This record gives sequence, C-alpha cells and structure tokens, in this order.
Amino acid sequence: MENIKETNGAQPILQLKNVSISYTPGKKAVDNVSADIYPNTITAIMGPSGCGKSTLLRGINRMHDLYPNVKTTGEIYLKGRNVLTMNAMEVRRMAGMVFQQPNPFPTMSIYDNVLAGYSLNGIRLGKKEKDEIVRESLQSVALWDEVKDVMNKRGSFLSGGQQQRLCIARTLALKPEVLLMDEPTSALDPISTNKIEELLLGLKRQFTIIIVTHNMSQAARISDNSMFMFLGELIEYNNTTQMFTKPQHKKTEEYLTGVFG
Amino acid sequence: MKDKLFKILLFASAVIILLLTAGIVYALVGKSLDVFQEYGVWGFLSNAEWDPRSATEEYGAFSFVIGTLYTSFFALLLCVPFSLPVALFNGEYFKGKKISSFVSSVVDLLAGIPSIVYGLWGFYTLRPLVIELGVNAQGFGIFLSSIVLAVMIIPYASSLSTEFLSMVPNNLKEGAYSLGATQIEVIQHISLPMASSGIVASYILALGRALGETMAVTMLIGNTNNIPSGLRDTGNTMASIIANQFGEADGLKLSALIAIGLLLFVITAIINFIAKLVMKKLAAV
Repeated sequence: MENIKETNGAQPILQLKNVSISYTPGKKAVDNVSADIYPNTITAIMGPSGCGKSTLLRGINRMHDLYPNVKTTGEIYLKGRNVLTMNAMEVRRMAGMVFQQPNPFPTMSIYDNVLAGYSLNGIRLGKKEKDEIVRESLQSVALWDEVKDVMNKRGSFLSGGQQQRLCIARTLALKPEVLLMDEPTSALDPISTNKIEELLLGLKRQFTIIIVTHNMSQAARISDNSMFMFLGELIEYNNTTQMFTKPQHKKTEEYLTGVFG
Repeated sequence: MKDKLFKILLFASAVIILLLTAGIVYALVGKSLDVFQEYGVWGFLSNAEWDPRSATEEYGAFSFVIGTLYTSFFALLLCVPFSLPVALFNGEYFKGKKISSFVSSVVDLLAGIPSIVYGLWGFYTLRPLVIELGVNAQGFGIFLSSIVLAVMIIPYASSLSTEFLSMVPNNLKEGAYSLGATQIEVIQHISLPMASSGIVASYILALGRALGETMAVTMLIGNTNNIPSGLRDTGNTMASIIANQFGEADGLKLSALIAIGLLLFVITAIINFIAKLVMKKLAAV
C-alpha cells in the first residue's frame, strides 16, 4: 500500500498495535487494527454502520471499561505510554471525548459545565483561574460571545449546535492531547455542522483530532488522513485526498462511490 | 359499536371510582361535623386533651397529630441511611445485574409482609431489645414504633429511588466518565443531582405511608393520650387512636374519631400532592 499519510514530519502521538475489541467472546467488533496517528492532524474514521469505528474510538479512551463484558486486546500507546495499563481516569483526561448527542450536564450552569472536568475530578481552582479557563475554552469553540452574558443559565438552555460546542469546550478545558469525536455533528443541522467543522480546522493547530463520521463529504472537507473500516477491519488508512481520488482497495472504492453504505 | 361500548365501560369505571372517593369524603365530613360544631375546627385540632369520661368529656386531636408526626419523621430519618444505599446498589452499581434483581426482590418482599406481622415482630423481638437498651421500662413507645415503621417504608423509598436513579441518561454518565470522573464522582455530581427531586419525592411518598400505618404502630406505641415528651415516651398516632377506640365509641367521641380520620386523609392527600409536584419539577429538567 502506498503510504503518503500526512505526518507533519512528526512522530506519531497515538499508536494502535493489533487492537481487537469484542463484546461477546469470539466475536470481534474491531479486528486486529494497527495505525499511527500523527499530531496536529484530523483523522477521519469512516465505514458503514456496525463496522466498528465507534467501538475503536471508544477503545482509545477506555470507555469500554464501563461495560464488564467488553474485551480489548493489543496495545495502544498515547505519547509513548501504554493506555491499556494506565489509570483509566488519567487516559480519559488525556484523550477527551465528544459524543454523538450533545450531552451538557443539565443540573449545571454553562460556566460549571465548562469546568465540569475539574469539579468532577475534585480539582479546586481559584476564581480567577476558573474565569480564565472558562473564557479561553469558550473562545476556542467560538461560543464566548454568544453565552458570556448567560453564564449562569443551564447548559440545556442552549441550541443543539451551541450545546455541542459547549461539550467540546468542556473537553478542551482539560487540555487533552487527543480529541476523540464520535459523529459529533450527526444530530445537528447543516449550519451548526458547518460551524463545528470550521472550528475543528482551527483546533488542530493545538490538538490532535480523531473523528468518526458517517458523512463522507465531511471527511473529505476536514480530515488530513482517513481510515476506512469494514466488518471490524481497517481496510485502508491513507492521506484523505489520496483515499478519495485513488483508493487502494476495492472495498474502499465501492464505499466511497456509494455501492454500499 | 364495540369501540363505543368499550369507551362507555371505561368511562363508567372511572366515574365509579370518582363517586366512591367523593362518597368517602362526604361521609367523613358529614360525621365529623358534630365535633367541629362543638369545638370549632381549630379548637379541635389544637386541643391536646382527650378525655372520654362522660362527666368531663373533652376531645382534641393535637396529641395524636404530634404523635403521628413524631413517629413518621423519625422513621423517615431512620429509613434514609438504609434505603439510599440500596437504591445506589440497585440503580447504579449493579444496575441490570442478577444480584440487583435479587436484592430488589428481597426488598420488595419486605413490602409484602402484613402490618400485623411487623407488629408481632416488634412486640416479641424488638421490644425486649429496646428494654435492654434502656430506652424505657416497657419498651413500648415512639422509639419502638419508629424503628418498625422505618423497616416498613424502606422498600417504598428504595424501589422508587432506584427507579429514578436508573433513569439518569447513560450519555450524561458517559460524558462524566469521559472527563476522567470515577464512579463515586459520577454518582455525586451527576446521578444524585439528576435524580434528586425524584429521590425526594420517593421519601415524601414513604412518609405518606408512615403517616397512615396503623396496625403495627397500634401494637407498639403504648397508646397513651398525651403529647409524647420525647422518643422514649409512649403516645398515640391518629391512626392508632382510631384503631384503639372506635369499637366502643358513639356520639361526640365517634364524631371526634371520624374527624381525626378525615384529618389523616387530608394530610396524606397533601403529602401525595407535594410528591407529585416535586416529580413534575423533575420532568421539567
């Protein structure tokens, strides 16, 4: 396979080595996936429903630990540290996650939502520090101007797109290494989707983003590298332009041209 | 045609229930009028004197209102540290597991034990322990009744709280976990605040149960017609005074007992109404 992945001339920040994940013994939802993810890139994971793309993403920040029958094997290295043997709470702070449905905490104000990562972990901050984190995080998702006067309102008071940006801000507030996004725009309207896409293009200057998406044109618009998964296997992983213009694998081509999906 | 008939049948049963409730209220109000005319509503409620001797006959409900509030609130207080952990066990830690359905069936079993059996258990098992503890000489009283009441309302409080805890959306919990929270932190900052009004409503409903509980309390409270001076004292609740005295009552005394019944009915209705309001607030979040 011709490999012309966008690397930014850097060493990978995240390495997947022979990662397999199964919900029921003997049935692999993710089958032996190996891939290197490079810093300050956006990597899109595409594939038809049930191909294991969300399962793989949730494997990276150990979300599967919450469900005792899910088994993850292989090795995952985040900045050289083995994710599978680290403390799960620490992994999750290093690899922030944004979900399909915006999920701001309805019992907290907008302000407290941004700081939720700190309050949940029992980290106490001074008022000045808090204000700064909130302002910075909300500015980086272009939400500051829209909410700076309604900080004490509940997070659920915002529109769907604003809620999702609030959730991204909440994740960024913890200054993660990697941002894992699980179809973050699939519940949003086109305008909100557009806003979030623009945002991600700006955010990759500071963060490394992995985004699972159903939407091929979204992957084409924003990602540097793309993965195509099918039946749990990583079929192809390449530079996005390369993948969309000259897919190496027949399955990839069929998917991208809409033969199945 | 069949549809219409079915509709009429349903409507009829709904109306019958309404009429039944209205009929009970009507009978209670009608029969209590005598005592209200004699002392006035407030006079009856605020008088702590209960003296059925014909020469000095005088009836007031105050001692029993206090006795009821005393036992019920103390029972509620005792029930929280047992029912909340059970709810967290079933609704959070072991949600959907076999062990949780086993524990909740056992707890539900507690709700199925007849009141009289609780009374016997309190009388023959707990009372000697209470005497040994040195609470009072006979063991009877507010303390003993409250303990038994607490055990009786645990299943109501815990099964409802479990319900509300397990309704906390999974995506919120996952959101919190993804920020590096531990399970205790998720419970503390997400699950409990989300379910709080539901949990409060469960306790209000459990309180409603405790207020009207009759048989076990009548067997254990000591049945004295004065304001209890403390946990060690004996007393009577609204329900227990009725159970104790209705058999030999007539005239003004009967009217007084029925008025206490009406009062109990009104208080329970208000408590249930408050619980509904609290739950509505939960739905609005």
